[in-house]
Amino acid sequence: MARSVTTQRKTINTTIAWIIGLLIFFPILWTILTSFKTEAQAINDPPLFLFFDWTTENYATVMERSNYARFLWNSIVIAGGSTLLGIIIAVPAAWSMAFVPSKRTKDILLWMLSTKMLPAVGVLYPIYLLCIRLGVLDNRVALVIILMLINLPIIVWMLYTYFREIPGEILEAARMDGATLKEEILYVLTPMAIPGIASTLLLNFILAWNEAFWTLNLTAAQAAPLTAFIASYSSPEGLFYAKLSAASTMAIAPILILGWFSQKQLVRGLTFGAVK
Amino acid sequence: MATKASRSAARLMMAPAVILLLGWMLVPLTMTLWFSFRTYLPLRGGDQGWTGFDNYVRFVTSSSFWPAVSTTLIIVTGVLAITIALGVLLAILLDQPMWGQGVVRILVIAPFFVMPTVSALVWKNIFMDPTNGLFAHLWRFFGADPVSWLSNAATPSIILIVSWQWLPFATLILLTAIQSLDSEQLEAAEMDGASPLARFFYITLPHLSRAITIVLLIQTIFLLAIFAEIFVTTGGAFGTRTLSYLIFQRVLESQNIGLGSAGGVYAIILANIVAIFLMRIVGKNLDT
Amino acid sequence: MGQIELKQVTKSFGDVQVIPPLDLTIKDGEFTVFVGPSGCGKSTLLRLIAGLEDITTGHIEIDGQDATDVVPARRGLAMVFQSYALYPHMTVRKNIAFPLKMAKMDQAEIDRRVDAAAQVLNLADYIDRRPGQLSGGQRQRVAIGRAIVREPAAFLFDEPLSNLDAALRVGMRMEISELHKKLATTMIYVTHDQVEAMTMADKIVVLQAGVIEQVGSPLELYRTPRNTFVAGFIGSPKMNLITGEEAAKHDAHTIGIRPEHIDVVESEGTWQGTVGVAEHLGSDTFFHIHNTGLADTLTVRAIGDISLTHGDTIHLSPRADEIHRFDAAGLRIG
Repeated sequence: MARSVTTQRKTINTTIAWIIGLLIFFPILWTILTSFKTEAQAINDPPLFLFFDWTTENYATVMERSNYARFLWNSIVIAGGSTLLGIIIAVPAAWSMAFVPSKRTKDILLWMLSTKMLPAVGVLYPIYLLCIRLGVLDNRVALVIILMLINLPIIVWMLYTYFREIPGEILEAARMDGATLKEEILYVLTPMAIPGIASTLLLNFILAWNEAFWTLNLTAAQAAPLTAFIASYSSPEGLFYAKLSAASTMAIAPILILGWFSQKQLVRGLTFGAVK
Repeated sequence: MATKASRSAARLMMAPAVILLLGWMLVPLTMTLWFSFRTYLPLRGGDQGWTGFDNYVRFVTSSSFWPAVSTTLIIVTGVLAITIALGVLLAILLDQPMWGQGVVRILVIAPFFVMPTVSALVWKNIFMDPTNGLFAHLWRFFGADPVSWLSNAATPSIILIVSWQWLPFATLILLTAIQSLDSEQLEAAEMDGASPLARFFYITLPHLSRAITIVLLIQTIFLLAIFAEIFVTTGGAFGTRTLSYLIFQRVLESQNIGLGSAGGVYAIILANIVAIFLMRIVGKNLDT
Repeated sequence: MGQIELKQVTKSFGDVQVIPPLDLTIKDGEFTVFVGPSGCGKSTLLRLIAGLEDITTGHIEIDGQDATDVVPARRGLAMVFQSYALYPHMTVRKNIAFPLKMAKMDQAEIDRRVDAAAQVLNLADYIDRRPGQLSGGQRQRVAIGRAIVREPAAFLFDEPLSNLDAALRVGMRMEISELHKKLATTMIYVTHDQVEAMTMADKIVVLQAGVIEQVGSPLELYRTPRNTFVAGFIGSPKMNLITGEEAAKHDAHTIGIRPEHIDVVESEGTWQGTVGVAEHLGSDTFFHIHNTGLADTLTVRAIGDISLTHGDTIHLSPRADEIHRFDAAGLRIG
């Protein structure tokens, strides 16, 4: 049983935790605040915290300068598509590993994870070349597939850990009840694993959303997602703090909001299903 | 616990994932190996034939090689040390009873959601800029000369940025692990006369070992591949060129595919050494 | 219909043979119990019949049809699992309807059968709840309900009562027996508890290390155990097995006498000893007796109202016609 704690102790805990929490969050908070300042106020010394003339002109300028909607849509398509595709491929594989384990299951799982350790730069040129040959450079579908392959090991691993928590007897009961393999996975396993699948989905969506090697190197005007949108603000435009902040806020806001609404699944997902 | 039918179904259902990953691994790897033995300069004459081990020798003997290896190791171990040490402390703090725990947790997790390009740009300009950055303001306020963070202390600055991004992850995993610690164990230890410090070292820390292993594994995978943070902040200058970045420059900036591919093979070998080492630990820890 | 026949069935896991060649016939409508100590292969045998495991060699026939290579779903059998294996995301109604839905039955017929099963098993009160909100006994009933709606050729029970507390277990035991009387369908029931076996079975199959030690009705096993293993396993408290001089007097290597077949007498008994532990149950008294020179401990069942306690000398007289004789290999003589 948790012991009751004195109010004094709790006050001290709360104070320290909030200070540290705000400190960690501060760069994001500051960026959001700066995005509502004028350029002059943004670099004012001493820095202005809350008392400045709030303005949304930076957002207007950013929208004017680049087609934000297109970058946003590309991000959604690439992150969403790669995650969904990954789940569809990973669910059967994770079922096999969790419920029909063999001596090699662990080796296969570790091998899959080890493919994640292959340094991307080591294979950048071959992939680049393949994309050119196949005519899919700067193509959303190509990025969907590449990001799916990058995150597939993590998706399989997470689903495997969640599936293992489901007792095998329930699947056997379904088999006895006349369910085919497809029905067993669709009607029994998947609904039971919904929380785990949701966590996997969310986390991999975020990983894909933030992926910044392949998205930067394999896209140009057509398929570029928000990572590329923001990279275009590196110098010299980076010196315009307010506009940089507005663009940054626009790039991270969708994920922050998503994270806010699905905190519980995310917290579970963030542990990659590895810690209970 | 299975029948022949379910075992063959299992093989069939595993096939797509295995085949895709095998292809994803083997095709580019073979191409990289092929290029690494050739003189290949797309902008200066294209593929000029076999060259044996020349690329390999040139890559290692280049003056940038060893600094790149050591930079990689410094950044990876630096970030790991900071995130795990602070992560443990923060997890213990967040496990204490307090008001608004949920909100604090959201604040602490937030950096994980920020895409690397954004965090690199924000830190570089808004915080670390030597004239207008917030740190410069702060230094001047205390009467000190502002530091040119990304040129004079480039590697520590990058470690700071990357640690900020990964601290939430370490904290969260460790917090989850701490919450699963049976409080009766701690109370038993307290009854046995263990001081708070002794309880931490003999009960809490051993309990966290599996979680720490997982943080170590997952973070290493991602840290070996950090790219955007360097690309955006220093572009590999001021001693921040990691092995990955060095190869990236050889391939894309100097357009020397052969040399870059040889570097890629080295990086793959290095990654595999780390992988084998990590998989040993994780393999043991994965059973339960 | 539900006759199940195993012909020369074996099962190996890798190099380890857990079931050596085995023949067994289970007649239609029979309540058969597989009983034996843990690890004796009884659950494996049940899973082979269910089709959840492949047999290594041999054949399984259900109603005269070879079912060896038929998948579990098509064998027409229903199983109640030890953990009940209810689908946690479905209501009780959906759980019970699941096998019918899988059989693509039309909704009206599904409803009719589910309601009928709910009626039989008294499930109506919680038909719209989920398994997580039910007690152990209620879950057990739902699991049985899910099995009976399919009207299977046979029911398979895998230690279904082991997760219930003692009082509930007795009640559920009766319910399952009654259900069998009502449905008259073949049932195969696996348990390690010989009391369950004795009280429920038409036919008991005693297993040890994958080998059938004896097949017979409860009273056959009680009266004429084929060997010392069955003799010791069936009956509670356990039969006393005595070797040495006393056994030689009866021309046997080992003799067995059940606790209830030894009378406590005032004096001049055949045997005597000192009372170790005396368990007074009210209706009966069980004495664990030492220093008899026969075996370490001799168990005796006496009437409830008897005042002997620890340390007292006790005189005993076995009933001569209830003595079982076994040879050196442990097999019954006569």
